[in-house]
Amino acid sequence: MDKQPPLLQARGLSIGYGSGSRNVCRISGPLDLAIHAGKMICLLGPNGSGKSTLLRTLSGLQPALAGTIEMGAEGGGLSPARLAKQISLVLTEPVRDNSLTVYALVALGRYPHSNWLGILNDADKAMVHQALDATGMTNYAARKMSTLSDGESQKVMLARALAQDTPLMMLDEPTAHLDLPSRIQLMQLLHQLAGTTGKGILVSTHELDLALQVADQVWLLQTGGQIDRGVPEDLVLNGIFSAAFDKEGIHFDMTTGMFRIHPGQLKEIRLEGEGVPAFWTQRALRRKGFSVTGDPTTTLSVRIVLEKEQPVWIMEGKGAGQEFTSLSGLLNALAM
Amino acid sequence: MTNSPSGPLRLTGLLLLLLLVFLLDIAIGSVRIPLKEVLQVIFSAHTDNDTWTYIITQIRIPKAFTAVMAGCGLSVSGLQMQTLFRNPLAEPSMLGITAGASLGVAAIMLAGGNIATLYTIKELGLSGSWMITGAACLGAALIMMLVLSVSGTVKNNVMMLIIGIMIGTITLSIISIWQYFSEPELIKDYLLWTFGSLGGTSGMQLVILGLAIITGLVISFFSCKMLDALLLGENYARSMGVTAKRARFIIICSTSLLAGSITAFCGPIGFVGIAVPHMARLLFSTSNHRILIPGCCLIGTILMLLCDVIAQLPGSNTVLPINIITALVGAPAVIWIILRKNNLRAY
Repeated sequence: MDKQPPLLQARGLSIGYGSGSRNVCRISGPLDLAIHAGKMICLLGPNGSGKSTLLRTLSGLQPALAGTIEMGAEGGGLSPARLAKQISLVLTEPVRDNSLTVYALVALGRYPHSNWLGILNDADKAMVHQALDATGMTNYAARKMSTLSDGESQKVMLARALAQDTPLMMLDEPTAHLDLPSRIQLMQLLHQLAGTTGKGILVSTHELDLALQVADQVWLLQTGGQIDRGVPEDLVLNGIFSAAFDKEGIHFDMTTGMFRIHPGQLKEIRLEGEGVPAFWTQRALRRKGFSVTGDPTTTLSVRIVLEKEQPVWIMEGKGAGQEFTSLSGLLNALAM
Repeated sequence: MTNSPSGPLRLTGLLLLLLLVFLLDIAIGSVRIPLKEVLQVIFSAHTDNDTWTYIITQIRIPKAFTAVMAGCGLSVSGLQMQTLFRNPLAEPSMLGITAGASLGVAAIMLAGGNIATLYTIKELGLSGSWMITGAACLGAALIMMLVLSVSGTVKNNVMMLIIGIMIGTITLSIISIWQYFSEPELIKDYLLWTFGSLGGTSGMQLVILGLAIITGLVISFFSCKMLDALLLGENYARSMGVTAKRARFIIICSTSLLAGSITAFCGPIGFVGIAVPHMARLLFSTSNHRILIPGCCLIGTILMLLCDVIAQLPGSNTVLPINIITALVGAPAVIWIILRKNNLRAY
């Protein structure tokens, strides 16, 4: 499928903790993994499945228990200085130094490229500005890190990684602590960056629905250490996704790509109507434990009609037919 | 880039202040020498009064230079410790190097207790004695070796910090045991040493101290890029190509060299190492070690000279121990900084 050699190729990789032969805690492996240029890979998995360990091992922060990791033409066993020109990282640890400005922090990304004193030349400065620009942080350049919000500082850390100008970029749960719009924005940005810069981007995340939308590939790490890889949609269709995340009371809905809280006993209800009101009515009914069908033999039914552009809900099959102008009224009546 | 427009102005102001305090330090002392004569001795090295020339060239100028070196060395090693451990309260004595020097001195003064050593101390003076200095150097070097050998096996800097503090505590408690079993007379001598003194170094000792300080400062300045990277924490630093263990080794080496030699020659001097880096960060408003290291040298030197001037108690013949003055000046400075920043979790 991919003609180009991968940016990163791991063979027979075992990850985990331990020194020597004693106290070895093997989390996963042997794994054969590859990251290709221009691809965004989302690393998913439940808490404790070893996402961070895999990321740390691939990025060289932690030694592998066994196996080899090769960086394209550079090969394996790189010195930290050479590795720093291959992989840039965004980690979960916060950086809130009082006197560190956004610009100074992003400029630190040029570390592997600058001279022994860390003085930036014009090319370095251009790269820093480009990184600030790509993340939309140019206006923040003079701000101190301690004055930024979580979302802003995460973007600064991303800018720092961009300034490092490496073919590979790895991010450990970059969307944690962010509000929903910031999360979407960040994942969108990463997706774009993979396309425009040709970087191979590996993101560990808990954002399943976002990952399904933006990832070119998903690595699904199971608690037992097994890893499933593929295009996200394939993983959904062959049931691996729902198998991995189905827990008691939680259900992965293949039709919507979202997680639903499992209702206990299902009562059937028929829904007639179209468009946005029907979609939200369906969600409300599901939350209340109804199984929504189109089956005409179902006794209980709700029909949505539009009166003066406003939806009106007509409930039948429970006593006399009733009309409601809000979902709240309908749900109250259904609960009785 | 991070300098405010008033940066050069501040630098000029500090340099002028440095010159002023340096002259003041030389001009003030228990023997009253007119300022005109002082300047004459400094700039033409000769005056009518031979006693004054001797006092200025042999006592006051070496002492001022010792203050300059102690100020530079302690501040820069404090800055390095604070960056390495990402802890605003880190200081040069953290790794037990200072305690090691004290152990060396205690070994000579307390444990030996034999007449020969005591005689040497009495004859050669307390702080000026080569034997004391040598023992202190040996003690500091011993602990440094221990800390460095541990640093190679420890996984991260937090563990290093804890182990360093523990080694320091063990060393100090060994000294306490010695003190407990020693004669009160000997304990008093040892206590006098712990008060610190800038006055004991002259001639050859000054040269040796100077060499140690310059070496330490050069190593430190060469590692300023690495120190910058460490501001982001060990993992980020590693991802940018810093070899964590090597970085730790280099920083501990230069810190030990700086703090160890100063403690050996001047006795333990506290608070400069912890207070000055904060002042430098505030004053220069940057985290860039390329600016902070010279900045620390500048501020540390000024503070040290100022403390020495205060220690002379202008107008009196009494000289207070330098360690007391640095704490008296340093502690309020730290409090002021904390109140002003009011945010220490930022490290």
